[in-house]
Amino acid sequence: MENRPQIDEKLKNEVSKQGIVVTSLQEIYNWGRRNSIWPMQFGLACCAIEMIAAAASRYDMARFGSEVFRSSPRQADLMIVAGTVTKKMAPLVVRLYNQMADPKYVIAMGACAISGGPFKDGYNVLKGIDRYIPVDVYISGCPPRPEALLHALIELQHKIDGQQLTGRSRAEFLDPEQPSEFPIPALGKHDLEPPANTALFRPPSIKRD
Amino acid sequence: MNPIEQIKARLEANLPEATINLVPNPSPAGQPSLAVDNVHAVAIATFLRDELQFDYCSNVTGVDWLDRVVSSKEKITKVVDGKEVVVEETKEQKFSGYLEAVYHLYSVAQKQGPVIIRTRTVDRAENAILPSLTPVFRSAELQEREIFDLYGVRFAGHPDMRRILMWDGFTDHPMRKDYEEPDDYEYEPTPHGDVLEKAKRHYVEEQS
Repeated sequence: MENRPQIDEKLKNEVSKQGIVVTSLQEIYNWGRRNSIWPMQFGLACCAIEMIAAAASRYDMARFGSEVFRSSPRQADLMIVAGTVTKKMAPLVVRLYNQMADPKYVIAMGACAISGGPFKDGYNVLKGIDRYIPVDVYISGCPPRPEALLHALIELQHKIDGQQLTGRSRAEFLDPEQPSEFPIPALGKHDLEPPANTALFRPPSIKRD
Repeated sequence: MNPIEQIKARLEANLPEATINLVPNPSPAGQPSLAVDNVHAVAIATFLRDELQFDYCSNVTGVDWLDRVVSSKEKITKVVDGKEVVVEETKEQKFSGYLEAVYHLYSVAQKQGPVIIRTRTVDRAENAILPSLTPVFRSAELQEREIFDLYGVRFAGHPDMRRILMWDGFTDHPMRKDYEEPDDYEYEPTPHGDVLEKAKRHYVEEQS
């Protein structure tokens, strides 16, 4: 943050012991945002079962403020891509992402959502949802345990906490230059067209003999 | 006489104009099947259902047989320079490819099964048409659609011949043995086998 006066952490702790709370607008704004992330209620495969388990009483996602699963993308902050994204489903997932209001976040849950997982060499599964929409947190696992999803949620909370509201390095959703919607792939004759959003997806290329 | 031969005999007795061939299965499963001709397939299925009480079609699947050449060696005695010499000759036999639909029928009433019947197409392209057994066994409906989707066999007489898994605009048939998947390949840290070959092709194309 360029010109924002920093609060001295030591001083802040000292005065908080005396019952005085010092904060900044950014801190309290992000604190509010990160503690009520509303996920979208949709699942694609077996990972969704673990997501349901994470939301239910035993793992209790409500402890982290994310118990309100919304059935409409318009009301959701977080898209948990829980499961295998088939090529037939991919345009719909991108459309749902586009329908969400900013600020919006994506967790790619499990091997399939990250890379296609065990179906990577098949003909009908998208090889990672990050080909079409930006992903904030990836969780490995097949499927990931509910603890892993909670860990991903905590990581996302850390990310939200670190987002700045003003200045040059402000969060993407506050930058009008940054896109908030991404082109929806078409169902082509042989594959999705285009097979990836090249502006977004740049896989590492390795040199081979 | 084992049951499949009994069934074959009964079918032939009741439908004399139908051609039914017993296809042996040398694998450990040892389940022989009946290859039936396309014209009489519906009549045969109806007879199996109504007379022999095979009332349950549990499974319908497709098989793709590519064009293949079978070479066999034969020992032939030839007369060379007035002497008889045993010479090995390789003979090549060509089989043109075709597609198959395989039906597994069970009898719940008689606690018997499976009876496996096969229908074969003429070729793998424009004549890949088979009679639909959906009018006889309703449970074949979705599975015949799946065969249409993945193998490209069109079923004549099917009430709803559409793709079921892939989207309607898709033109390929992914379960065919000569299917070439699109090159939407990406970074793979430890490729091996077929994946390594695919990775090499991909990177050659990317560099050129």
